[in-house]
Amino acid sequence: MTLSLVLVVAAALFSVGLWGALSQQVVVMVMMGIELMINAVVLAGGAFWWFTSPTPDGQVLLLVVIAAMTVEMAMGFAVALLLHRRRGTDMTDMAAELNR
Amino acid sequence: MLEAIVFWISAVVAVAAGVTVFRTDSMARATYALAASFVAVGLMLLTFALDYLGVIVILMMVMEMAIMALFMIMLMGMNPALMPMSMVHGKRSAAVIAGLVFVGLAAAALLVPWPGAVEAPVADTTRSLGEAVMGSKMLVMLTVSPVLFATIVGALVLGHPRNRYQRYGADLAADHPDDPIDGGVGR
Repeated sequence: MTLSLVLVVAAALFSVGLWGALSQQVVVMVMMGIELMINAVVLAGGAFWWFTSPTPDGQVLLLVVIAAMTVEMAMGFAVALLLHRRRGTDMTDMAAELNR
Repeated sequence: MLEAIVFWISAVVAVAAGVTVFRTDSMARATYALAASFVAVGLMLLTFALDYLGVIVILMMVMEMAIMALFMIMLMGMNPALMPMSMVHGKRSAAVIAGLVFVGLAAAALLVPWPGAVEAPVADTTRSLGEAVMGSKMLVMLTVSPVLFATIVGALVLGHPRNRYQRYGADLAADHPDDPIDGGVGR
C-alpha cells in the first residue's frame, strides 16, 4: 500500500462521482455525485496525512472538508426543496434559467 | 498485512458501490450503494489510523443517506424501491470527461515522486486531534462554526414556503405580515 496507489483509488472515486454529477438529471442524484467527489478528496487527504506528515494538524483539514460535505448536503436539499415547491420538478434540466 | 487486505477490499467495494449508485434503476438501491461506498471509505481511513475521522465519516454518512432516502420519497412522490428510473443526459460525453479526468489524476498519482514521511506518526491520533482543535487550530473550528450556522439559516430561508415578499407584499410596505396564523401572544 503506497501513497500513489491510494491516490489512484481516490481518483477512481472522484471520476465516478464526476460521471454521475454530469450525467444525472435528478438534483438529488447530482448531489450524490458531488458527495462521491468530496469523499474522494477526504480519502486522498487522509492518505497524504498518513504517508507524508502524520501530525495532528493535517486531521483538522480533513475535519473542514467533512464540514464542507455537510454544508453541500444541507444547501443541496434546501435547493431541491425550493425547486420542487416553485416549479414542481426535481430535474436539473427544468432549472436551466435562474430568473424564473 | 491485515490493514492492506482491509484497505484493498474496501477500495474495491467503495469504487464498485460508487458505480452502482448511477447504474442501478432504483433510487433506494442507489442510496444504499452510496452509503456502502462511504462506509468503505471510512474503513480505509481507519487503516490510516484516523480512528476519529473514520468513525465520523461512517456514522455521519449513514445518517445522511437515511435523510436522502426520505427526500427522494418526498420529492419523487413514489416508492423509490419499486419504481425503476433512468433520468440521464449527456451520457456519453459525461463518461468521456470522467474517463479523461481519471486518466489524468491516475497518471499524476503514479508519475509524481511524492515525498516520504518527514515525521513519525503520533501515538494517539484522536487525542492529538482533540488537542489541536482545542489548541493551536481553534481558529479553524471557530471559522467553521459561523459557516455551519449560516448554512442552517440559508437552508431554512430557501426551504421555507413563504418568503418576506409573500408576507409583506411586493414592495415590503405592509404594516402587518399576511400570515395564515398570526403569531405572538393571544392568537
